[in-house]
Amino acid sequence: MDRVNIGWSKDDMAKLVANDIPDGSYVNLGIGIPELVANYIPEGREIIIHTENGLLGVGPAPAPGEEDFDLINAGKKPITTIKGACFFHHADSFAMIRGGHLDFTVLGAYQVSQNGDLANWSTGSPNDIPAVGGAMDLVQGVKNVFVIMSHTTKNGTPKIVKKCTYPLTGVAVVSRIYTDLAIIDVTNKGLKVIKLAPGIDKDTLINKTEADLIL
Amino acid sequence: MINKIFLTPQEAVADIFDGATIMIGGFGEAGSPIELIHALIDQGAKDLTIISNNAGSGHVGLAALLEHKRVKKIICSYPKTSFSEVFPELYCSGLIEVELVPQGTLAERIRCGGAGIPAFYTPTSVGTSLAEGKELREIDGELYVLEYALKSDFSLVKAYQGDRYGNLIYYKTARNFGPIMCMAAKVTIVQVNKIVELGEIDPEAVVTPNIFVQRVVEVPNPLHEHVLVSQNKKYPWTE
Repeated sequence: MDRVNIGWSKDDMAKLVANDIPDGSYVNLGIGIPELVANYIPEGREIIIHTENGLLGVGPAPAPGEEDFDLINAGKKPITTIKGACFFHHADSFAMIRGGHLDFTVLGAYQVSQNGDLANWSTGSPNDIPAVGGAMDLVQGVKNVFVIMSHTTKNGTPKIVKKCTYPLTGVAVVSRIYTDLAIIDVTNKGLKVIKLAPGIDKDTLINKTEADLIL
Repeated sequence: MINKIFLTPQEAVADIFDGATIMIGGFGEAGSPIELIHALIDQGAKDLTIISNNAGSGHVGLAALLEHKRVKKIICSYPKTSFSEVFPELYCSGLIEVELVPQGTLAERIRCGGAGIPAFYTPTSVGTSLAEGKELREIDGELYVLEYALKSDFSLVKAYQGDRYGNLIYYKTARNFGPIMCMAAKVTIVQVNKIVELGEIDPEAVVTPNIFVQRVVEVPNPLHEHVLVSQNKKYPWTE
């Protein structure tokens, strides 16, 4: 019962991220929870969503039966296009990414360290099938890297750590972290908490975080 | 007269040799030239090095090529998809060599291969395990990793329309790696949904200029990988 109204849901987190993306932004959304952000772009804002497999102007999911499997996102799910959309090949797509033309990317994570290192592609386990996709390019090239993730693992292990133990995706690349418990900025002084979720106090947050926090 | 049109996928892939390096287009099933891959399975070439973003799903297309043990090495960015069964099994049994490349680096290595640029520096993967053993260079205070171009003996690509010169247009996000893989091959083999007359594709709208294409074969209604996977089909077809 004590879980009611404590912390943010996945949709709450997606809504918070969407609210922080200004009108006119070019945004790349990662696979999973980040995809939800597209559902919460506030009325009146024009945001152009990039998908690294070659489209600027991702629209809403197609109605059942209307799927076109040659029109998909990075997660290989069917999508639609908005008016004004354009297609391009992979080298151009990653020129947009690496060349600093995108304003935001929103990614999931296994771990974020207190200096903004990101680990989100491998757990380092020998049984893992190695797969990296576009994550390493996105974190190097996109101006603002937002991470959206649960604050801890399912068994309570902190995911915001002093130093990542999982293989890195990039060094000092994360700008802001949205978790179910707080919004935290990565600054050159350290991790600065800018908002606490409902029902979460400072001590709870500190207890669930391995890294040092500026509160 | 220039005529790059081949009548069947079988003819178009007939001279692919053992040990060849082959780029295969597609991002998942979008843009994957499934009929050309099936023709390659029938043709029998082996010890292949495949360059492709993914490693196929189910037991058709690229996954079937792997399953028939024709591939000794794959260079890719993301060999794990929801219905990929063949690759994980080969990988865990040590039966396939993998070179894992970040997706943007893979695209740029291919583009450079086609553009006569032997290598380039990129910020991608700096400070990660994928940069280990690679040359690093500081430029304007930032670190970059040296990456080498990729070229192929053959590229297998799916496009939407082509003409007998080899001009191509693509369909939606099935374009993905097609245009750059066309550039990076000694012999580029393209399956198109429709062959059109010269001039039918607006010169302003051509995506792949004909000089990058050697063979065009019409496959009017290409198979859909997700349909075959949902029906649990295996190539070669058993019934």
